[in-house]
Order: sequence, then structure tokens, then C-alpha cells
Amino acid sequence: MSDQAKRMKMQRLQDALFVGSTRFFAFLVLATLSGIIISLIYGAMPSIKAFGLSFITSTEWNPVTEQFGAWPSIRGTLLSSFIALLIAVPLSFGIALFLTELAPVWLRRPLGIAIELLAGVPSIIYGMWGLFIFAPLFADHVQPWLTETTANWPLIGELFAGPPMGIGMFTAALILAIMIIPFISSVMRDVFEVVPPMLKESAYGLGSTTWEVVWNVVVPYTKNGIVGGVMLGLGRALGETMAVTFVIGNAQQVMPSLFDPATTISATLANEFTEAHGELYTASLIELGLLLFVITFIVLVLSKLLLLRLQRSEGAHS
Amino acid sequence: MNLYTRRRLINYISLGISLFAMCFGLFWLFWILHTLFSNGLPGINMALFTQTTPAPGSAGGLANAILGSLQMSLVGVLIGTPIGIMAGTYLAEFGDRGWLAPATRFINDILLAAPSIVIGLFVFQIYVAQVEHFSGWAGGIALSLLVIPVVLRTTENMLRLVPSAMREAAYALGAPQWKMVLFVTLRAAKAGVATGILLAVARILGETAPLLFTALNNQFFSNMNQPMANLPVVIFQFAMSPYEDWHTLAWAGALLIGLFVLGLNVIARVMLREPKQH
Repeated sequence: MSDQAKRMKMQRLQDALFVGSTRFFAFLVLATLSGIIISLIYGAMPSIKAFGLSFITSTEWNPVTEQFGAWPSIRGTLLSSFIALLIAVPLSFGIALFLTELAPVWLRRPLGIAIELLAGVPSIIYGMWGLFIFAPLFADHVQPWLTETTANWPLIGELFAGPPMGIGMFTAALILAIMIIPFISSVMRDVFEVVPPMLKESAYGLGSTTWEVVWNVVVPYTKNGIVGGVMLGLGRALGETMAVTFVIGNAQQVMPSLFDPATTISATLANEFTEAHGELYTASLIELGLLLFVITFIVLVLSKLLLLRLQRSEGAHS
Repeated sequence: MNLYTRRRLINYISLGISLFAMCFGLFWLFWILHTLFSNGLPGINMALFTQTTPAPGSAGGLANAILGSLQMSLVGVLIGTPIGIMAGTYLAEFGDRGWLAPATRFINDILLAAPSIVIGLFVFQIYVAQVEHFSGWAGGIALSLLVIPVVLRTTENMLRLVPSAMREAAYALGAPQWKMVLFVTLRAAKAGVATGILLAVARILGETAPLLFTALNNQFFSNMNQPMANLPVVIFQFAMSPYEDWHTLAWAGALLIGLFVLGLNVIARVMLREPKQH
């Protein structure tokens, strides 16, 4: 065999090794996900066997009698994220609108970075700020007023009843809202920017106002992307741990008022996991983690699919 | 009111609300930053960097927590970065055919936003529960699982920005694939990849949830095989305590983390010029 042929053979071997190892690591990332799910199911087995489906619906969470029901945590996770979305979505829409249509061009980048910095603030800082600064102010100035104003309203009054403690479901949801605004608004800004200028200019040419262009052209064109961004924010809110743990009050109970202390899956885990003893207690906490993972997984997959669909419909001219 | 004034009015009102939303967002940012500085600055002194975490009522600093955070983040980056870069390379360079690349891309985007506390549970299950003690290594592994998705995503995006003419030129000169990737495309994309690593560091430095069940905490300096102090968990523990002097330390630690993380974010964003929109 000539020298040349040997070198070629060597190179082909090196290439195969290199490509193979990159493929291996790509596969490893994929395997991580199944690893997470399998290990959580395995860890949760004792609790799945002991409680079955009633784990999800039961409201009793008592480490002493070893009765574990996840409903207070699940409800807290879903409700706090839902309220956070109610607050964050309109605000994020306004911010995205401002950044793409209103702000002078030289201001767009610095303002965009400032809003994205909100996402960079570590969640433990949100938690401390919420507990030490925001909650006392909220309890002194906002809560009594809200309770009084809504006292006689049917249904709504009940939501804002109770002593003003500052911490509780509503405070947690409010802080979650601030934390997810940057995620939702940056997705919205990105999808608003993919609207072909021709479409917008045609609408302006017909005499539309800025608002009419946004509402009748930009929003319909990007609706999948907008929903995808909202779902991404929802995924973040569902899994957020530290900020919520500081301010939600950590009470395993289901109370009608939003001002009462409650808990979420992640807050329960953060508070109780290292102190849990007994196989069943640990397994129940791991099952909570599994439920959280499944819920966020579904939300994130939906969000991803919606964003992909927008990309594809826009793929024709990109 | 005629149609034109009404339309104009609606326009002004909605744009006004949009301006308000912007100010509202900035308002929180400045409020939080202000709180961070006014509460954190009084606690910053030399003792913070030279002494270990104290018992309530005695003087001390955060030296062991700072060192622990740095050690575990280093481990996280050292494990996570090569994996992220290799996997990202596969996705961008070799993954055009087959199911693996699209599937990995999809799953990676989900891991990017998955709750970090679940990552902590996962590492607890596969490592801590097996060796039966909390350790700095477990913390580092948990952090590496957060580094991988960030590095993978930026590596892939940056490699895709490299013009394919450069690849063709390398092939035309007879370069094998591994030389083409290592010496041509990854080299051309290195600023972007470095940005990705910076963003990953910024992300893991402030993460508390995955360390709660893996590294736990420690009042003293420790080696990687023992439970290990780290800033976020110390801040959590101290802030939730009733002691005033622990609160001061917690705020000082929060300021350190905040400055570091926000600084890295700003540097990364300045380095990363926005990719061109098509």
C-alpha cells in the first residue's frame, strides 16, 4: 500500500471517530431526558404504589401519619402561574409593541437589553426582594385597600378577603409575572419582527393607524408565535422555585382567598426534600417532581410546536 | 365624535398603554437593583471574602460559600462545555440527514426551559442516593446539566452563521472533516461559542434549586466529596432565618451574585451581535 493510501485510510478513520463522537454526545443529550423521566418514575414508585391516582386529588399532606396528597401543591402551581400569565401577557404585549413599533431605532437595543436583564436577575434575588421589600409594602398599602374595595363584590370579594400578611398566593403570582415578562416579550418582539414590512406598509398606505396595523395585520400574522411565547412564559412560571418559596407562605392547604398562604410543587420540594425521612415521604416528593416535569414538558412541547409552525409558514421567504 | 377622531383616540390610548407597560417593566428592574445595592453595599467588606460563614451572632464572611460556588461552577462548565460544543457541532455540521439532529434540537430546547429543581432531583436520584451523601461533585454535575443546553444552542446557531463557502474551501484543499470543523468553522464561530459559555456561567452562578438536594451546604471549607457551601443556598438559608446579622450577609451575597450575573449578561450581549434577520 502506498503512503498516500495509508494517509487516506488514517484520515477516514479519524473522521469516522470525530463524527461518531459528536453524534454520541448529541444522543447523550437526548438520553438525558429519558434518564430524568425514568429515574423520577423509579424514585416515585413507592408513592405511586401506595396512593395511586388519589395522590393527585387528595388534599391531605401529613408527614406524621404518612398521608400524602398533591392537590394543594398542584393547585398552587397551576393557579399562581395562571394569575401570573393574566398579569404578564398584556404587559409583555405592550412592551413588545413599544420595542418594535414605537421606540426610536437607537433606543430599541438598550431598552431590549434592559428588559432582558430582568430575566437575568437570579430568582433568589427576586425572592429576597419580594419577602423583605415588596411584601411589607403590599401588606400595608395595597392589600387592605383591595380587601375593602372588593368586600361586597360577589365572587371577587372572596378572592381578596383575609388578613393582610403580604405573603401568599397573590404576591407569588405578581412576582412570577415580573419574572416571565422578559421571556414573553422577547419572543413577541422576535415574532413581530418577522412580519414582512410590505404587509405593514400596505396597511399604512390604506390609512391605518399604528394600532390598527398592529391589531389587524401584525397580530393575526404572528398569532401562533404569540401563543408559543405565552406558553414558554407559562413553562417558566410553573417550574420557578426560589422566588415562589420565599413569598408564598408554604402552607399545605387549599384556601379560597388569594391572600392566604399556599404552596406550589417546587416550593414544597425546596422546603421539605432535604428534611424528609422515610421512604414514602421521599418517594411522594419525587412524585411531585415528576408531576411538575410532566406538566412543564407538555406546556413546553406545545409552545415549541406553535413556534415551529410560525417558522414554517414564514419559511417561504426567509 | 366622528370616525377619524375616534380612531386617532384609540390609537393614542393604546400606544400610551404600550409606553406605560415599558415604563412598568423598567420600574421593577430599577427597584430591584436599587434594593440590591442599598441593602447589599453595607455588608461588603474584607471579612466577607476572608472568613467562613458564622453562627448567628458572631462575625464572619462568605469565603467558603464563594469558593464553593466557584468550584462547582467550574466543574459544571468543564463537564458541560465540551458536551454542549460537540453535540452542537453534530447538529450544525453533520445532522442534516436522519432523525437524531431534529429530535435532539427539540429536546434540547425543552431542557433549556425545564424546571431546574427537577434537574436537582434527577442528580439526587442517580448520584447522591447511590453514594449516600451530598457532595460538591453532585452539585457540579447538576450545574453541568444546565450548562449543556445553553452551550449546545449557541454553538449550533453560531456554526450555522459560518458561510458554507468556507467549508467548501477547506474540503477543496483536501482537509478531513475533523480538521475542517476544528480549524475552520469552530474557529470562525469562536466568539459566539465563548458568548454561549459566558451566558451559561451567568445562568448557573445564580441557580439555587439544583444545589439544594445535591451540594446541600456546609459551614466550613470542604473538598468536593463533602457537602459544599455555595452562595445561593447560603443566601437562601440566611435570608429565611430570623437573625439580623445573617440577613446582612445574605444581602451582601445577593449583591455579589447579582453584580456578577448581570455583568456577565451585559458582556455576553455586547459580544453577541444580533444575528441578522432574514
